[in-house]
Amino acid sequence: MADAAVTSPAGAPTRARYGSMSRDRRWALRWSYFFLILFAIFFLTPPIYMFITSLKTSQEISAEINPWWVFNPTLNNYITLLTQNIFLKFFLNSAIVAVCTVTITMCISVIAAFSLARMKFWGSATLATGVFLTYLVPETLLFIPLFKMFAWVNETLGIQLMNNWWTLIILYPTLTVPFCTWIMIGYFASIPKELDEAALIDGATWIQTLTKIFIPVALPGIIAATIFCFTVSWAQFLYPLAFTTSTSELVLPVGIITTLIKGDVFNWGQIMTGALLGAAPPLIIYAFLMDYYIAGLTAGATKG
Amino acid sequence: MAQVTLRKVVKKYDEVLAVRGIDLDIADKEFVVLVGPSGCGKSTTLRMIAGLEEITGGDIAIGGDVVNDVPPKDRDIAMVFQNYALYPHMNVYENMSFGLKLKRTPKNVIDQRVRQAAQILDITELLDRKPKQLSGGQRQRVAMGRAIVRDPKVFLFDEPLSNLDAKLRVQMRTEIKKVHQKVRTTTVYVTHDQIEAMTLADRVVVMNGGNIEQVGPPNELYHSPRTKFVAGFIGSPAMNLIPCQIEGAGDALTIRLSDTLSLAVPPSRVARYRAHVGKPNLLFGLRPEHLTETRQHLEADMQTFDVKLDVTEPMGMETLVYFNLNGIDVCGRVNPNAGARDGTSMKLCADMANMHLIDDKTELVL
Repeated sequence: MADAAVTSPAGAPTRARYGSMSRDRRWALRWSYFFLILFAIFFLTPPIYMFITSLKTSQEISAEINPWWVFNPTLNNYITLLTQNIFLKFFLNSAIVAVCTVTITMCISVIAAFSLARMKFWGSATLATGVFLTYLVPETLLFIPLFKMFAWVNETLGIQLMNNWWTLIILYPTLTVPFCTWIMIGYFASIPKELDEAALIDGATWIQTLTKIFIPVALPGIIAATIFCFTVSWAQFLYPLAFTTSTSELVLPVGIITTLIKGDVFNWGQIMTGALLGAAPPLIIYAFLMDYYIAGLTAGATKG
Repeated sequence: MAQVTLRKVVKKYDEVLAVRGIDLDIADKEFVVLVGPSGCGKSTTLRMIAGLEEITGGDIAIGGDVVNDVPPKDRDIAMVFQNYALYPHMNVYENMSFGLKLKRTPKNVIDQRVRQAAQILDITELLDRKPKQLSGGQRQRVAMGRAIVRDPKVFLFDEPLSNLDAKLRVQMRTEIKKVHQKVRTTTVYVTHDQIEAMTLADRVVVMNGGNIEQVGPPNELYHSPRTKFVAGFIGSPAMNLIPCQIEGAGDALTIRLSDTLSLAVPPSRVARYRAHVGKPNLLFGLRPEHLTETRQHLEADMQTFDVKLDVTEPMGMETLVYFNLNGIDVCGRVNPNAGARDGTSMKLCADMANMHLIDDKTELVL
């Protein structure tokens, strides 16, 4: 009987070589790391520069020495800012506005997304697209009509909406609700239809299906939307700049700029410190919820 | 009592008729399987019984009450889905008790029912696990458990075994049958797998193109199909359907299959087929197991003929043989020791007592 095994003349079994494949992979990895490092340098340079500057005195900042090194580190900028009542007021205003915006946005978005994704009613598909289109309208186009509306409200109802920090709680959801609703529609759509049918047969009402099934199952998506919403309202600059003017009504991003830049005098040390402290809350939230955030964004994006 | 009655039930999606006015009576405690190819309307029918689809016309009654406008939760039904549809954030116990909790059933009653159902399905040790920690078969058991605890009037199964591998499917099929023997709840089961239908059902409903082709016990459907579709759909490998003509007169009729091959009609069928002598569009139907190797002692209605085998498929306990007859592949089932080989000649034996004659125009079995 013939030997079925394929052998070389010397008797050793021949084996296909796959060396080129691992070489390709090595090169791919090298390029990936090259670009990753490039991106890291690009995005980390500003915060590192801010951190270095925040530890310097005004004299050292204006001195003609290596700007990337701190020769006489000091925490004076931090101490000054954190002991100033006005800075803490900005922080408090920002926090209240952000928390209220997140709460209002999530209440509206989750319910809106659930009804648009699941309760097929006349015009629901058009409405879902409309929600997304609303997000595409730039905010710079909106604040002039908003001025007009505020003036009209003041004339007819006598309510002054200008120059109040709480006005921002009404304004920000116009930016956050469309995007969060859109994210949640994608996330809810990725949940199998049979799940709500099973709940329906089990005797759940629409509200119970939402609260007991959809919200727990879509929690990563909801957290992703919450983080997005918090970041947008925390970092929003244009609306507070346009609609609030009194120092006590300012939120952090605008407050830092208006109080720490006096005429052509830039208090760089404190500006950088304020910006760093202001960036801390979103950073802390990201760090804690990073896993959820990634799961939420990818799940919503790829639709299961 | 939980009979399910469908009267002239119609389902229309825009202009497409998915279900075309079907009538069906399902008795209390009966296990009925709806079977048919994809798009035949079987799942739509089940979903209409569940209340997940509105009906366009007709009436559906459960336990004597018309439920056309009754929401699913008030129909007292339980459904098992193809992809299980277990709540991923709840453990097995919570999944099974969810429906009862919504009905505000007392906790001790819930606990008793869940544990009883878990015992029936042998999943007691899984009660604390989340669905993602379970295998496909275990998930399917939990889905059935969720249905059982509610003690509904009717169980609805929507292709529950389609996501399982072949071996597990056979195992779960037996489990479902055992569960039905224990709980005796009226069951409507949808599948496209005719073997599942044959093995599980008290009665099988064969659907095609939104219509019911035939309703009957599995054996009746197998041995006495009423239409060409049922004859071809039930049985694997499928029934051979060969164009033919009836010849002869008086007490001796023959079925001509080719220029060289004609088989005598059994005397008991002569009267039935006499009117079709010489008519066009006739099909001769014979199942592969009635086309076997020849034997020493042939029974009265058995006739032999020689064929040249194209392909043979040894299956272990039998060998399937294929040969060509006027351009049509014909399948026979022979003993593995009968010496069937690809490309050789073989004497086959047709058991004409089990033949069928079909009018290809009306698609009815004559």
